[in-house]
Amino acid sequence: MFKEASIREPLILGDSVSYHQISEDVARSVEGKANKMWWGAFSIAFIAMLWGFGCLAYTVGTGIGAWGANKTVGWAWDITNFVWWIGIGHAGTLISAVLLLFRQRWRMGINRSAEAMTIFAVVCAAIFPVFHMGRVWMAYWVMPIPNQFGSLWVNFNSPLLWDVFAISTYFTVSVIFWYLGLIPDFAMIRDRAKVAGNKMNEMIYRILSFGWSGRLKDWVRFEEVSLVLAGLSTPLVFSVHSIVSMDFATSIVPGWHTTIFPPYFVAGAIFSGFAMVLTLVLIMRKVLNLEAYVTVKHIEYMNIIIMLTGSLVGIAYLTELFISWYSGVEYESYAFINRFSGPYWWAYWSMMTCNVVSPQLFWFKKIRTNLMATFILSIVVNTGMWFERFVIIVTSLHRDYLPSSWTMYSPTWIEVGIFVGTIGFFFTAFLTFSRVFPVIAQSELKTIMKISSKMYKNKTDNHHH
Amino acid sequence: MSTNTIHAIYDDDEVLVNAAKTIHSAGISVKEVFTPFAVHGLPEALHTPRTRIAICSFIYGAIACSLACLTIWYFTVYDWPQDVGGKPSWTLYHNIPAFIPPIFEFTVFCSAHFMFWTLLFRSWIFPGVTPKNPDPRTTDDKFLVLIETDSNEVDKISRMLKETGASEVKIVSN
Repeated sequence: MFKEASIREPLILGDSVSYHQISEDVARSVEGKANKMWWGAFSIAFIAMLWGFGCLAYTVGTGIGAWGANKTVGWAWDITNFVWWIGIGHAGTLISAVLLLFRQRWRMGINRSAEAMTIFAVVCAAIFPVFHMGRVWMAYWVMPIPNQFGSLWVNFNSPLLWDVFAISTYFTVSVIFWYLGLIPDFAMIRDRAKVAGNKMNEMIYRILSFGWSGRLKDWVRFEEVSLVLAGLSTPLVFSVHSIVSMDFATSIVPGWHTTIFPPYFVAGAIFSGFAMVLTLVLIMRKVLNLEAYVTVKHIEYMNIIIMLTGSLVGIAYLTELFISWYSGVEYESYAFINRFSGPYWWAYWSMMTCNVVSPQLFWFKKIRTNLMATFILSIVVNTGMWFERFVIIVTSLHRDYLPSSWTMYSPTWIEVGIFVGTIGFFFTAFLTFSRVFPVIAQSELKTIMKISSKMYKNKTDNHHH
Repeated sequence: MSTNTIHAIYDDDEVLVNAAKTIHSAGISVKEVFTPFAVHGLPEALHTPRTRIAICSFIYGAIACSLACLTIWYFTVYDWPQDVGGKPSWTLYHNIPAFIPPIFEFTVFCSAHFMFWTLLFRSWIFPGVTPKNPDPRTTDDKFLVLIETDSNEVDKISRMLKETGASEVKIVSN
């Protein structure tokens, strides 16, 4: 059997790991009862979600005039949030697909929760452009469907339409990738319920597990499909945020019309996605007692990715700034001078501090292995990434080519309410997920138990010396 | 002559793979193996043929790519050409760079989804299907080898399974 180098730090801790122990630890959160803290968090998130629904209903009833967006700043809070959520969604598929292709075993402790996060984040993201359409009941018009308007088709030249294709593909493919992995884990919970005589759980998880029985041929197909899905999702991860960036880059607005946008947006997306994974996982591993499976080493790996992508984003900011001056295009250079010294200077400098300066702290091993520091920095990074999108969208638009239409933008309480609502939905969904679904891909984790667990590593070491 | 079913349970995947090699080389045909996770080396030990599901996925993708090209040509060139910022709209070829993103996404969409459906159909897993693993422990930490044989060989095979390291051998008569 394949053995991993003993100098590699183990990915599964604990002195008595076994296949059964993994099942026990993963099933515990599903089979146990929620504590008061869970109900408290769930209630707050649920109320926030309802508040968001109310604000959405108000928007649909009154029209987009309920928002602070105006003729000059036509995209503002909503598209900021859209790009922010889509970015957050990127870590899940990156972890499950790209890290699978690179055979990074540490993904197995976190891929399930990261993918769940992706799916919920994409739902949150989709709310904004869909409701910005105004008449949401006509949202299906974005699809090329034969119609009664002389068969007028959607515009395939438009990056907004590419986005429709990109995001719907990304969302649905992420869902099947996630669900495929869940099937054997649901089967494990189903069979445990069967042994325990819990009829209700057995029925629910029999349906959810699609009647999975773990036959040899099923596993052969399962592994092949996972690998091909990873191969298909890898270009998907990069294409989605590239296409989101083209929503801006294919326009002629100063500050948007740059070729640097696709890689810069993808790096930013991975940056914010990993930050959100850390925010969630740091709480999850503590509350659900999963410290043996999501180890400090996992956290450190993610912090290194944050440091790398944060630096890429920093280089992109500086490149943009330099090129705006070097190009000699006065509109372009004004857009950037206005960014850092105009009326929205505070947004620019918040972005710079949170995204460029703060991840550099992870060069210190003490900081990147410190859980509290990581938690705080993960929230700082996501705040910074929100400001990044705000800076790109609002500061570029509010002073456009025509000085007579220059204006300012500030959100209404309804827009803020919708944003709070999406955060509420995100946490409601994630908290529900953490109680109903196996939060760790246990069937995958079992394949690395003998390779990467502390106990087995110690055994082989003793054997050699 | 009646057929008997033997359930041999193993506790460890390495023991299982070695046992599978022994069983296979003894010429006994294994009807099914139920495992809690994908045991690497087991399909090779039992000479299970490779799955062709990736080829299916490629075919779905190739069809989707062609279909996307055809429909975009129909929408933007044949049926209702539009002048979008002076972009060429008289052939698909001239404007293909703008169409690559939707063509790519549709290709990925179809190859991923239809491959998933192929898996569901081939393995026959759907909501409502009754699971076929005879022992509930096989989704947790046990590995079950299922052998069907005629009655006069049962004892011999059972003994051999024990020798390969099976922790339990159960004979289920039909």
